[in-house]
Amino acid sequence: MPTALRRARREFGLATLTLALFAVVALRFPDFASGRSLLSLVDDTALLVLLALGETLVILTRAIDLSMAANVAFSGMIVALLNRAHPDLSLWVLVPLSASIGALLGTFNGLLVWLLEVPSIVVTLGTMAIYRGAVYLASGGTWVTSGQMSASFQGLVRHLLLGVTTLSWLALLGALLAWWLLRFTNAGRGFYVAGNNPAAAVYAGVDVGRAQARAFALAGAIAGLCGYLWVARFAVAYTDVANGFELQVIAACVIGGISIGGGVGTVAGVVLGCLFLGVLKNALPLLGVSPFWQTALSGLVITVAVIINARDATPGRRRILEPRTLAQAGTPGARPSP
Amino acid sequence: MTAPGAISKVCTALKAYWTGGTWLRWEVFLGAVLVADLVLNAVVSPYFLDPLTLSDATFNFTEKALIALPMALLIIGREIDVSVAGILALSSVVMGLGAEHGLGTPALVGLGLTTGAACGAANGALVALLRVPSIVATIGTMSLFRGVAAGVLGDRVLKNYPASFHWFGQGYVIGVISFELVLFTVCVGLFSIYLHLTLFGRRLYALGSNPEAARFAGVRLTRYRFWLFVATGLASGLAAVLLTSRLGSTRPSIAQGWELEVISMVILGGVSVAGGRGTIPGVALAAVLLGFVTYGLGLANIPGIVMQIIVGALLIVVVGLPIVGKRLQARAHR
Repeated sequence: MPTALRRARREFGLATLTLALFAVVALRFPDFASGRSLLSLVDDTALLVLLALGETLVILTRAIDLSMAANVAFSGMIVALLNRAHPDLSLWVLVPLSASIGALLGTFNGLLVWLLEVPSIVVTLGTMAIYRGAVYLASGGTWVTSGQMSASFQGLVRHLLLGVTTLSWLALLGALLAWWLLRFTNAGRGFYVAGNNPAAAVYAGVDVGRAQARAFALAGAIAGLCGYLWVARFAVAYTDVANGFELQVIAACVIGGISIGGGVGTVAGVVLGCLFLGVLKNALPLLGVSPFWQTALSGLVITVAVIINARDATPGRRRILEPRTLAQAGTPGARPSP
Repeated sequence: MTAPGAISKVCTALKAYWTGGTWLRWEVFLGAVLVADLVLNAVVSPYFLDPLTLSDATFNFTEKALIALPMALLIIGREIDVSVAGILALSSVVMGLGAEHGLGTPALVGLGLTTGAACGAANGALVALLRVPSIVATIGTMSLFRGVAAGVLGDRVLKNYPASFHWFGQGYVIGVISFELVLFTVCVGLFSIYLHLTLFGRRLYALGSNPEAARFAGVRLTRYRFWLFVATGLASGLAAVLLTSRLGSTRPSIAQGWELEVISMVILGGVSVAGGRGTIPGVALAAVLLGFVTYGLGLANIPGIVMQIIVGALLIVVVGLPIVGKRLQARAHR
C-alpha cells in the first residue's frame, strides 16, 4: 500500500527515530529494554499521552488550550481534599467527579471561544492563571500528602491488570477512543473540517465555534480525569502540580505531527510523539546526563523536531494566531443556521 | 527632514490617531481604568500616594514592559515569542559567569545585550528562514534557553557583580525617578515613533493585516520577521541587565513565568492576536496599569497567586467586553 505508507511517512519516521533512540540506549544499558523498565516507561508516559490526546482535539480545530495543566491541578486538588475530608467516599464518585470538574472548566473555555469569539490563546492564557489561582484558594496553599489519602485512592492507578498498571490501560483506552472519535464520528471529522478550512466548514454545515467548544469540553474532561490520576500516582496534591506541563503536552503534539495551524494530524502520531519524549526523559538519567542539563536537552530535541516537521509542512500554513473569525471576516458573527 | 516638517507630521499623525476611530478609544478606556485603580489604591492604603511608594511601584512593570514593546510589534506582525523569559535567564547567567571572571560593568552589559540579541536571532532564523510557526519554535527554544541557563548554573547562585553594575536596576536619575523608568519612557517614545510615524511601521501593519498582500506590495516579510525577533531578544537581554542589577544575583528561577505576563500586557494593551492592530501607547498604558494593579493588591496583602486570578480575569473580560459590545451593537442595528 504505497499510498498508505506515504500518508503515514511522518509517523513512520518518528517511530524509527524513537526506536533508534531506544536501541542506542538499550545497547549500552540492556536493562533499559527489560520488561519491567518498559512497563515503567509506559506508565511514566501515560499521563502525557492522555493530556496530549485532549490537546490534539483542540489544536485540530485551530485553537489551543494552555489551561490543561492548571485544570489537572484544580480537579486533582478537589478530589484530594474530598478524599482527605471523607476517606470513605467511593472512587465511583471521585473519579467521575474529577472528570466532570475538568469538563466544566473546559466547557468554560469553550463557551468563551465559541460565544464571545475571544481568541483561544487569550482565553486559556487567562483561565490558566484563574484555575491555578483557584487551586490555591481551594486548598489555602496547603498540601494533601500521601498519609492523608486513603489506600484505595492511591491504589487504583497502581493496580495491575495483566501485569500492566491501570494508568497505562487508561492511556491505551484513551488513544483507541480518540482514534475512533476522530476517524468514525461526525463530531470528530468536524474537528478536522473546522480546523482545516473554517470558511469551507461553514458552507459544509459545520459550526466551527461549536466544534471548538466541543473539543475544549472533551479536553477539559480528560484533564479532569488526569487530575485524579496525577494526584493519586504521585500521592501528593499542591498548588504547583503539573506547573508548566502544558508546554510539554503541546510539544508532544507538535512532535507527533499535529499542525498548529489546525486540521492536520493523527492519533498514532501524537502517541508516538509522547513515547519519543518519554524514551528521551527516561534515557537521559541513564546516560549520566546531569539533571540540570535535562531541560536543555529536551529543549534542543523539541526545537530540532519542529524544524524537521516544518520542512514537511505544506506551504501557506503560517497561521498560528489566526482566529476563525478571519475566515468569516465579511460577515461578523455569521454562523450557519441550524 | 526639517524641524517644522517633522512637527507637522507628528500633528497630522496625532490628529489621525484621535479622529481615526471612534472617540472612545481603547487607550482612553485603559487610562480610565488606571485612574480608577490609582484612586482605589489610595483609598485602600494610606501609604500609596507617597512619592517613594509610587516610584517603588514602577519597578513592578518597567522591565517586563521593555520586553512588551517589541513583543507588541511581533504580535502586530502575526508572530509571538514565548521564549523571552528563557532569554532573560540565559543572558543573566552569561553575565553572572562574566562577573565571576572579573569582567567590568560595561563588558557585562555588552555581554547581556549580545546574548539576548543572539538568542533572538536564533528564534528569528527558525521562524523567518526555516519557516517554523513562531509559537512552536519559541516553545522549543524557551526550554532550550532556560535549560542551558539551568544547566550552566546547576545549584549555584551567581552574585559576584561589581558595585557599579547595581546602578542600572537600583539607580535614580533625578529624585525618585529611577533609571529604569526613564529608560522605559524613552523606549515608549522611540517605539511609538517607529510604529506610528515611519514607513517601517506602516509596513508592519500591512504585514500583520495581510501578509500575502504585503508581500505583493514589496514588504520584505522574511527580513521583518527576523529583525523583530532580534529586537525582542535584545529587549530581553536589556531586561536581564536591569533585573539582574536590581536583584544583585542570578538564580535558576529568575523571571519564571514572565513570558505570560509580558504577553498579557500586550493583549491588554489592545493588540489583536490576529495581527495588524494595536498601538504602543496602549501597550505602555496596559503595562503601567498591570504594574499598579498588582502593586495595589500587594499593598492590600493579597498573595501573588490570587492576584494571578484577578489579572487572568481582567485579561478575558477586557478582551471579551468590546467583542460583546460590538455584537450587541450589530444586533441593535439589524
